[in-house]
Amino acid sequence: MTRRGDRQRYWRTNLRYVFTLLAVWFLVSYGFGILLAERLNRIRLGGFPLGFWFAQQGSIYVFVILIFIYVRLMDRLDRRFNLHERKDR
Amino acid sequence: MNVQAWTFVLVTLSFALYIGVAIWSRARSTGDFYVAAAKVPPVLNGMATAADWMSAASFISMAGLIAFMGFDGSVYLMGWTGGYVLLALLLAPYLRKFGKYTVPDFVGDRYYSQTARIVAVVCALFVSFTYVVGQMRGVGIVFSRFLGVEIHVGVWIGMMIVFLYAVLGGMKGITYTQVAQYCVLIFAYLVPAIFVSLLMTGIPIPQVGFGVTVVDGSGTFLLERLDGLTRELGFGVYTEGRKATLDVLFITAALMVGTAGLPHVIVRFYTVPLVRQARSSAGWALLFIAILYTTAPAVAAFARTNLLTTLANQPYASVPNWFRNWEATGLIQFEDANGDGLIQYTGPLSSVPNELTIDRDIMVLANPEIASLPAWVVGLVAAGGLAAALSTAAGLLLVISSSVAHDLLKKSFHPSITEKGELRAARTAAGVAVVVAGYFGINPPGFVAEVVALAFGLAASSFFPAILLGIFSKRMNHYGAVSGMIAGIGFTLGYILYFKFLYPELNDVEHWWLGVSPEGIGTLGMVINFLVATTVSRFTPAPPREVQKLVEDIRVPRGAGAGHELSA
Repeated sequence: MTRRGDRQRYWRTNLRYVFTLLAVWFLVSYGFGILLAERLNRIRLGGFPLGFWFAQQGSIYVFVILIFIYVRLMDRLDRRFNLHERKDR
Repeated sequence: MNVQAWTFVLVTLSFALYIGVAIWSRARSTGDFYVAAAKVPPVLNGMATAADWMSAASFISMAGLIAFMGFDGSVYLMGWTGGYVLLALLLAPYLRKFGKYTVPDFVGDRYYSQTARIVAVVCALFVSFTYVVGQMRGVGIVFSRFLGVEIHVGVWIGMMIVFLYAVLGGMKGITYTQVAQYCVLIFAYLVPAIFVSLLMTGIPIPQVGFGVTVVDGSGTFLLERLDGLTRELGFGVYTEGRKATLDVLFITAALMVGTAGLPHVIVRFYTVPLVRQARSSAGWALLFIAILYTTAPAVAAFARTNLLTTLANQPYASVPNWFRNWEATGLIQFEDANGDGLIQYTGPLSSVPNELTIDRDIMVLANPEIASLPAWVVGLVAAGGLAAALSTAAGLLLVISSSVAHDLLKKSFHPSITEKGELRAARTAAGVAVVVAGYFGINPPGFVAEVVALAFGLAASSFFPAILLGIFSKRMNHYGAVSGMIAGIGFTLGYILYFKFLYPELNDVEHWWLGVSPEGIGTLGMVINFLVATTVSRFTPAPPREVQKLVEDIRVPRGAGAGHELSA
């Protein structure tokens, strides 16, 4: 088992990842998809008004990517602190 | 073969598949029954979660809702997917580390309180029953249209199938059935969408198709044409929002947080072997969900364009066959108010009175017929809709039965019950729940998606804050959690009952508190829950040391957790 200070550092890094990723989550959905949608709609992405695209397509793609980024980051963090699970459970 | 024959063949084949899978993977222990012995690989778990999660509302109602709401329909798309980010980052890994059977299990142990456990059970039962109502209505609609039976006969058939594999197989059976159901439903959703996209834009990928030009050579973008049609007929521009921004924010948040708090989704993260797999299976689940959720707005735009061009200002005498079929079910109604024989199909902003009423729930089911696709595609959509409704119903029934058998009997009122007795109790509870759900399926209290949306408000205002604070605040105690849950769900339920059932005539922007609709009120309920919980916990004693250690322990994937290993 790791020492107490290590656990705290692990937890704080985890919180930092979560906070950063949720900031992006907030930006693409509530930001681009709702609050700024009307303004973004003046820009076009092919046939899509941009705000509309974020609300009905873009934000969903970003959500998927965010989760897989988190998975990667946490896998690395678990290993760094020797907290990853062994296969023999 | 005609539509009816194809439907019969495809529905029978898919049902035979589900029952075969259920028999092959039936449960033998309570661990099997509640969490599939925690042995499901993450990709399959993601698929099962996607089927569990995507209900009749997602499959049947959502594209229809978006087709009629346009931009405002985005709340459902972002709301119902964004919650998975919260789930993956804030809940899933910690609940997996905790590793028990149900959500009330976590609440009861973390808050070292039987009261907290029972409040959580009541919330879980309430959310699940509200939700299951929508599924049963979906089953009824599909059967009544495609097999030509009465709605209640359709519901009975559906309930018997669910009973068979939920009661027999438990979580283990349900998981593998849901994997099969996901494959059926996604195939059924994509095939007509790809066909229609090709027909209208020449592009086989619907997600791209609705952003390009239509094939008639005019060079106009599909969405431009749709915007033009909706403006002309007085519906308001399709790609622009009409709802108040504050309400849109609240509804989106309620759906996101509600998604993260739904007990039948959370419990799916107990079924993978490792904490890291709980994280990644949330990602897989969202990926599989996103395939349908990014297709739905394309289907919506195609269907709306098709509908407006084939019906608006056309003579009633020459309407296509599908129109007559749906008219017979009463889900399309035409009343020639001015007697000119033409269909005046207009929106609220037009000066010409509207003569046509279309039930939004039929859009996905009617879409293949509207685009004149072959009969087997129509049958496939019916099978897909049933898969979506039945997989979700099964997941919910499992939550109901495990809440009753595990949390109420084993953990609260009858701790000496044997494993065999508990398993029997779980199966009996599932049986009773099937009957209750069937009753509501025959007497449904409203729109599929609307009713489901309410379940989210209830989940958002009860579970989410209690679980989140349980993980992220070591200081949170049972006084805070219990009073928070009661305040949150009490407020939300009161608000919804007031506007939806007691005074439905007052249900409009003018009377809403702060302009927040009943669909979005769960967000406020959640805030109230957080405030009450934090305030109360501050003035009451801190949780005991072993609980604080438990919290520290679930924050790391490995170690010191002998008491929290899964006892399968």
